[in-house]
Amino acid sequence: MDRSIDAGLAKLKEKLLVMGGHVEKAIEEATSGLVQGKSDRFAAVHEYETTINQLHKEVDEDCLNLLATQSPLAKDLRTILAIVKINTDLERMGDQAVNIALNAEEYLRAPPIKPLVDIPRMADQARTMAREALDAFVRTDVKLAADVVARDDEIDSLKNQIFRELMTYMISDPKRIEQALSLILIARNLERVGDHATNIAEDVIFIGTGKDIRHGGA
Amino acid sequence: MMTKEIPVNAPVLDARGVNAYFGGFQAVRNVDLAVEPNSVTALIGPSGCGKSTFLRTLNRLHEEIPGARFEGEVFLEGENIYGRGMDPVQVRRKIGMVFQKPNPFPSLSIYENVVVGLTLAGVRDKALLNETAERALRHAALWEEVKDKLKAPGTSLSGGQQQRLCIARALAVKPPVILMDEPTSALDPISTARIEELLGELKKEVTVVIVTHNMQQAARCSDRTAFFLMGEMIEYDRSTTLFTIPKDRRTEQYITGRFG
Repeated sequence: MDRSIDAGLAKLKEKLLVMGGHVEKAIEEATSGLVQGKSDRFAAVHEYETTINQLHKEVDEDCLNLLATQSPLAKDLRTILAIVKINTDLERMGDQAVNIALNAEEYLRAPPIKPLVDIPRMADQARTMAREALDAFVRTDVKLAADVVARDDEIDSLKNQIFRELMTYMISDPKRIEQALSLILIARNLERVGDHATNIAEDVIFIGTGKDIRHGGA
Repeated sequence: MMTKEIPVNAPVLDARGVNAYFGGFQAVRNVDLAVEPNSVTALIGPSGCGKSTFLRTLNRLHEEIPGARFEGEVFLEGENIYGRGMDPVQVRRKIGMVFQKPNPFPSLSIYENVVVGLTLAGVRDKALLNETAERALRHAALWEEVKDKLKAPGTSLSGGQQQRLCIARALAVKPPVILMDEPTSALDPISTARIEELLGELKKEVTVVIVTHNMQQAARCSDRTAFFLMGEMIEYDRSTTLFTIPKDRRTEQYITGRFG
């Protein structure tokens, strides 16, 4: 049976998927620009972010209207509550993509200090986590969501590894500090993307099961 | 097997193995429900699910219908109201009922309506009757509106006021339990809101069991909710749980509007 709330929910899911797609592409452009040394790729990142921000406002407004007009219960209620939060996480991911681009631009002002291997790897992982968290959301796939949550530790480890490596660079050659700092900041930005993807996955588990697994909850 | 029920300590009303029939038709199937003291318990479910029939077994009104039959036990404060020697009329005094259509006695004044439970029992003490009338009308949030016209006919009040008068009438005999069958269905939104507010206050003094087809009302007003379907009680839980994370798929489908 088609309920009046179904159309509203479908529209919201679509908007979140568009936002998610833009987030992925923004991170891709920012990282590729960094790795290839091509600053002209960063303009696209800002354009994606503009669209993400516009959708961010629309999604919140749509959720508010659905809550007011539909009085949702049970899974519908959990879904809308989660959508409001996923919306925020996606917008923040867009911000992080812009931060990556800005830090990358800074980095590219001087010659590179090292070949970039771990950062692109981290970027891939972060993008995959974001994509899978949204896939899990669309299908309420609790297993996939749990998988994404488990991978947060991996991305944190990668960040720590990058930090340690760049520390040795900075200690061994103080002239490289500024450059190393830009890369550290980018690793931090990517770690945050991973955190936001994890948040989304935790929300999917909440939608599917009603359980709040945050902060060590089972 | 999934437990349908949640444990209630020292229930004020405890229905066990309730089966109710209209002739050959079984309207209620094997229902166990324990009602917590000083709470509001809502019974929800689609039309014909047996919730109103079940409600009427709780104060022995069901048996007044020709051809109606009952099996099971209902314990009020530990005593089986269907036990040998129990008088149905006395039972209905201890378990008051408020109906969908407000039904103040048309030939009686507001005051007389409120105290009718006592006057019919032979109480003549004016001081006691006055004190009872004021207490009951205050508890029903009606005193301020009618204190200067207690002699006016009960039917001169608005629909919402009449319903509060009926609640006052039920409260006057200090029952441990009041049953309400869709008490706000016939009222406008503001009257409905006032009665819903009243429920929160009422439960400090009495225990309320309310049948409602309005899920938002059940969610707003009740501590626990029981979902009925085709005569069976499918799920019974704290309202906040039932309306956010229902355990049974049928409950989820009903409250999200997929049927009913």
